[in-house]
Amino acid sequence: MSATTAHSIVEASPRAKTVAGAIVILYALITILPLLWICATAFKSQSDAISYPPKLLFTPTLEGFVDLFTVQTRQPPDFIAKLPPAKSWYEKLARERGMVIAGPSPVVGRFVNSLIVGFGSTILATLLGTLAAYGFSRFRVPLADDLLFFILSTRMMPPIAVAVPIYLMYRWLNLYDTQIGLILLYSAVNVSLAVWLLKGFIDEIPREYEEAALVDGYTRLQAFRKVVLPQAATGIAATAIFCLIFSWNEYAFALLLTSANAQTMPPFIPFIIGEGGQNWPAVAAATTLFLTPIVFVTILLRKHLLRGITFGAVRR
Amino acid sequence: MADVSLAAVTKRFGDTVAVDDLSLDIADGAFMTLLGPTGAGKTTALRLVAGLEKPDGGRIVIGRRDVTSLPPAARDVAFVFQQYSLYPHLSVFDNLAFPLRAPARRLPENEIKARVSEVAALLRIDSKLGNRATKLSGGEMQRVAIGRALVRRPAIYLMDEPLSSLDAKLRADLRLELKRIQAELGATLLYVTHDQVEAMTMATTIGVIDAGRIVQIGSPREIYERPASLYVAARLGQPSINIVPRHLLPDIPAPSGAETIGARAETLRVQRNSGEGARGRVTWIEHLGDQNHLHIELDRHELVALVNPDADFAVGDQVGVGFVNPLFFDRNGVRLVR
Repeated sequence: MSATTAHSIVEASPRAKTVAGAIVILYALITILPLLWICATAFKSQSDAISYPPKLLFTPTLEGFVDLFTVQTRQPPDFIAKLPPAKSWYEKLARERGMVIAGPSPVVGRFVNSLIVGFGSTILATLLGTLAAYGFSRFRVPLADDLLFFILSTRMMPPIAVAVPIYLMYRWLNLYDTQIGLILLYSAVNVSLAVWLLKGFIDEIPREYEEAALVDGYTRLQAFRKVVLPQAATGIAATAIFCLIFSWNEYAFALLLTSANAQTMPPFIPFIIGEGGQNWPAVAAATTLFLTPIVFVTILLRKHLLRGITFGAVRR
Repeated sequence: MADVSLAAVTKRFGDTVAVDDLSLDIADGAFMTLLGPTGAGKTTALRLVAGLEKPDGGRIVIGRRDVTSLPPAARDVAFVFQQYSLYPHLSVFDNLAFPLRAPARRLPENEIKARVSEVAALLRIDSKLGNRATKLSGGEMQRVAIGRALVRRPAIYLMDEPLSSLDAKLRADLRLELKRIQAELGATLLYVTHDQVEAMTMATTIGVIDAGRIVQIGSPREIYERPASLYVAARLGQPSINIVPRHLLPDIPAPSGAETIGARAETLRVQRNSGEGARGRVTWIEHLGDQNHLHIELDRHELVALVNPDADFAVGDQVGVGFVNPLFFDRNGVRLVR
């Protein structure tokens, strides 16, 4: 509608829009401030990071990232002087602070673990969730309501309540400290969310679309792929983001069920603090690195998210 | 194209019988319309033929092949839905091509293109082929929906009130167009509607359906002029048929057992200050431009008569009403033949 009146019920007045916009911007600033703080700290030197009052203007350095990606030892200046000249910029950076790089840190492995576990469980949960939601939405499933309630009920107790049995089970099944173990666990938790969210979305897609495809010579599965999936894309994207955020950030089970091999970023990051004093730039660098993929995916899917969250989750 | 027949088909949903012992023969090239109110089982009958519902009893035969237990894809039918008929994620072209790209068919892409262009020209939507399906007007959408059926040459086209979501003008246009296309293609069509005008103008045969049963089958003219029952008589005609108890009109010769007399508005002969016919009083006049509807009170029964707009009646006039070839119904509403 191009024509707007000052007191229209549907259209907000320009002033109301300004106020609403201001509130949203303020809220966004408040939430984004800690993140900006962490990003800034990642590029600070150790002394800048802990200076008081905090420095808003500082000379950026990659010290934090060098510390994050390497294992270092402190050496006396005369020992460093005797070493052959530094071969790379990061070695130079470390030696300027009296450190010698002993080797790479495990962070790359942890990050790869996080990617595999996070995206693996998201894909698995969304896939299973979509199929289950379609089944519940379209077919007469015996005891459908009870089953749906049962699926939801798996989310009702705090997951950590089952930590010990799961730990023992994982030891026995040789799933302890494996990527597949975490993928299965996160998928199991996420699939209930996925089924419920996606059932809402698929219920909204009129059956006529599939029926038309069936009459036109497609099988049920082909109709699902050609007609239902494209129209559920929004819901699937929104669901995938929710699943990814959960499995990406999950800390308690990752701490409990992994150690040297399959450890993900969340239990690894606090571990950095313990290594030789409180190295805040390194922690901030790890956090920044950790945030990047999820920010990237969210920006990539934001169009779907905006529509998805308001369209499917809120039932008419 | 082929003959299609339903033999004693029954479909229940829980305790309700949607289609009850329905038998129907649709000849090759016929335009068969099922006419009935909402909930009469028309759509269910259509879905049974399409294979979207499984019958609880009876057989469905398409072109001498028993398809009762076959899935929709194997039945060689095309279906036009009342709404939600276009895929919003596809362009108009891709919507029209969708049935032709089905794995069961897999036509070469150049033939698909030829067929789609042909149908688009037939329906006058050729300029819209590149559009997204959601960017069309209601009339265009429904044309595309019909086009999606027409790109195929199935044994039978099934249409479920395809025009009901359109405005009156568009509906009238598409009605003519659909009839023209059907005649041009010689297509067999089973068309479901609650709109008597659609049934009357397009169908070669009308099946009037009530509570899951066929009440009468015949040509539009037969159904209109010789309805089998009061129910059928009341379904057709605008304004609807006048119904008067027999005892109010003792002068009219009627077959024995007649309880009710039915007279269509255009068969009433109204004359002012005339001694002929039944005596009544004009209570209301509707001016429709080309004709006037005269509401006449006849012993506490209201009749509607069609009169020439030149005839100057006024509210309050005493008139004589003559009945030309009225219809007679017995106590159960069954028409009696004189």
